[in-house]
Amino acid sequence: MAVLLIAEHNNKELRPFTLNAATAASQIDSDLHAVIIGQNSADAAKQLSELPVVKKVLSVEGAHYENFTAENFAPVIVKLAENYSHIVCSANTFGKNLMPRIAAHLDTSQVSDIIKVISPDTFLRPIYAGNAFATIKSNDAKKCVTIRPTSFDPCESTGGSAPIEKVDASEEFSNTKFIKREEIKSDRPELGTARIVVSGGRGMQSGDNFKLITEIADKLGAAIGASRAAVDAGYISNDHQVGQTGKVVVPDLYIAVGISGAIQHLAGMKESKVIVAINKDGEAPIFSVADYGLEADLFEALPQFMEELNKLNTIQK
Amino acid sequence: MKILVAVKRVIDYNVQIRVKEDGTGVVTDNVKMSTNPPDDNAIEEAVKIKEAGKATEVVAVTVGEEKAQETVRKALAVGADRGIHVKVDGILEPLAVSKILQKIVDKEKPDLVFMGKQAIDDDCNQTGQMLSALLNWPQATFASKIDVKDNKLEVTREIDEGLETIEINIPAIVTCDLRLNEPRYASLPNIMKAKKKPIEEIAASDLGVDVSPRLEQTKVEEPPKRKAGIKVANVAELVQKLKNEAKVI
Repeated sequence: MAVLLIAEHNNKELRPFTLNAATAASQIDSDLHAVIIGQNSADAAKQLSELPVVKKVLSVEGAHYENFTAENFAPVIVKLAENYSHIVCSANTFGKNLMPRIAAHLDTSQVSDIIKVISPDTFLRPIYAGNAFATIKSNDAKKCVTIRPTSFDPCESTGGSAPIEKVDASEEFSNTKFIKREEIKSDRPELGTARIVVSGGRGMQSGDNFKLITEIADKLGAAIGASRAAVDAGYISNDHQVGQTGKVVVPDLYIAVGISGAIQHLAGMKESKVIVAINKDGEAPIFSVADYGLEADLFEALPQFMEELNKLNTIQK
Repeated sequence: MKILVAVKRVIDYNVQIRVKEDGTGVVTDNVKMSTNPPDDNAIEEAVKIKEAGKATEVVAVTVGEEKAQETVRKALAVGADRGIHVKVDGILEPLAVSKILQKIVDKEKPDLVFMGKQAIDDDCNQTGQMLSALLNWPQATFASKIDVKDNKLEVTREIDEGLETIEINIPAIVTCDLRLNEPRYASLPNIMKAKKKPIEEIAASDLGVDVSPRLEQTKVEEPPKRKAGIKVANVAELVQKLKNEAKVI
């Protein structure tokens, strides 16, 4: 039986992580179908059909699908599931909200947030915020799997021409009503998906001093993070918190400034590709995970850092 | 209105996790255990709603071994009225927990069920959504704001793109994010008072739920260690390394 990928989109186009999830799904079985559920989502469906790894697209349209409510999505997928061995989706807030609802209806024990496909029934996933990796074998007949998108490369986005098949809509779930969505309109990338993250800790000493971080983040096109200590001290709001109880990030570059490196902070950033630590305490645990450590007073180092960046002819964005 | 809050006992978030040498799991002996952090937010919110006069009873429930009862006792110390401990040993998958909670919901008939969005041990993020599927109730996951209205909740959810607001009819499930509130600490008098509050013990086997695992955890290992980095002498060297060696800026 084939694998069914649930596409994430905004009715106009696919959300980027659908491509990463498609890569993982195609590693489970090359016979990969994808379902797109939405309202006036034909353009996104066409885009999905152009992914070379996707062999067939199922398109479900309905006004009650416009806002991606799990209560409306789950019944359609549960019905389609009889023809599939695996149901796959990215482990972001869309997939995390939706997949367990499907799994419970199918009486399947879901495997969440995998970082590697070992075989069609065995997966690697982080537990304890990445402080341990567990190998999990699923014995359920149907498998529901969510994928950590940053652990898989995006698939090719052009060159395919999968057929698009229409599927009947399910009934509306009337006890949940969408009111509004406020997308954070910021010139800065979102913390969870940014290529570069610059984070400040208790060493920043005040909320005002975070402007030193903001300046560098703007220059690098980076998101701004913080340690729990900085959040608890009120220097910055807690949506910036990186760590086990905040966000887990895996950027190409993570710059930790004035962060000592408490266990729970390390859990949220130590999978980053390149880690820089700037701290005046040479014994701080953050240096044990840093590729480049600079033992310096951040109030001298950050302005110098900005100066050096200004000297560069080009900066990757 | 009655609110049922599910709480889980996990390794404290400040403990350095150690993997067992035989690869069967992580070390839990002599390790500090606490309530799963977002479950504290769930209790806090339920108690606040009761204090605002919009709920009449807050019941804390946990599913697990003998010592899991500590989490219920802690919930009672910060304002829950009574507790339920469903006793069961061994590994429990979220699907099994949600089936047990479904039985408790059938018995208690709460109007709302709150719990944390995710447990920080297995990081599954499934139980609330599964329970809501089994009950065919609406779900509001990752809640960072809850307004109680007549027979409805307006909930703001933390999603990747920002914030989403939905309205759900009661009965409903809410899974709580850390931003929802600031959990209070239990005062000593309240800890003493909590000792007198009732906790009902139920054997999971009496609920008629099959809790046998569907997943095999074949190995638990340490994540790959990062190779030791270098110390740079100054900012100029750092920027040069990032540009020309790591090629990330």
